[in-house]
Amino acid sequence: MQPKHLTTHQFKYLPRALLVASACLAVAAHAATPQELLATYSGQAQAPASPSRGQQFFTNTHGGEWSCASCHGAVPTKGGKHASTGKAITPLAPAFNPERFTDPAKVEKWFRRNCKDVLTRECTAAEKADVLAWLLSLKP
Amino acid sequence: MPNMPHLISRQAMRLLNLLGLLVGLGVATAAWADDDRQARQLPLLPAYQQECASCHIAYPPAFLPAESWRRLMRTLPTHFGSDASLDTETAAAVSDWLSSHAGTYKRVRETPPEDRITRSRWFIKKHDEVPAAAWARPAIKSAANCSACHPQAEKGDFNEHRIRIPR
Repeated sequence: MQPKHLTTHQFKYLPRALLVASACLAVAAHAATPQELLATYSGQAQAPASPSRGQQFFTNTHGGEWSCASCHGAVPTKGGKHASTGKAITPLAPAFNPERFTDPAKVEKWFRRNCKDVLTRECTAAEKADVLAWLLSLKP
Repeated sequence: MPNMPHLISRQAMRLLNLLGLLVGLGVATAAWADDDRQARQLPLLPAYQQECASCHIAYPPAFLPAESWRRLMRTLPTHFGSDASLDTETAAAVSDWLSSHAGTYKRVRETPPEDRITRSRWFIKKHDEVPAAAWARPAIKSAANCSACHPQAEKGDFNEHRIRIPR
């Protein structure tokens, strides 16, 4: 292969390489605040969130065996305990645990898993917004 | 120049002393580790720690045979009554890692009922002195809660000298 050919070859792929690199940076920097996540969920629901509805949703068993509170505690400002294994769970309310609701992928993963455990279906954006609004209202 | 040989031998002696100390330490550490084989834990795959150790401790891969691990990793959406679903790539990576470090010792080789570690023959035998009522205590709650009685379980240390059964 000739050096001259290599150079043109590289330049041809430069825009694509830059695009990939910037996409990687965007993913790496995809941290969020709980408030931003609340805005996203409320936006998807196309309705304002209600903290009191969120609290009700959190403590209701929805016809099944567990509620969110079964593992996280009725007021998740303190740690909880997994309802079947007994493993300790750190506080869920962001004011008591700054790590909570800062990684959108992680938040989505746990909503998916835990909503299926409690409701045998995934939660709607409106339900997620309500719960998050209530959790954000819990202050020390 | 007459001092040079003396200087060299003193430095050599210091080096030898240091070497001796290091070798001694190494032997002592090896002996301690042999006494405490359980504490020598396999470094965990970060994805295993992150994805599996939120609801329960990161159970040592050697506690189940490869066949059980593979089946558990294929059925995560219905994982002992919980949805533990994972994206396909992560599940495959964790499954491969668990199966390649799975138990091969004779009592671990057979798949336990429901692929439950707690129903393995070796587990039942090891815990035959624990009264049935102890398992139900609030601080223990479940036989799956290893760290209730094995404080170092998270680190893969199940040494029986460190067992503390909560009242």
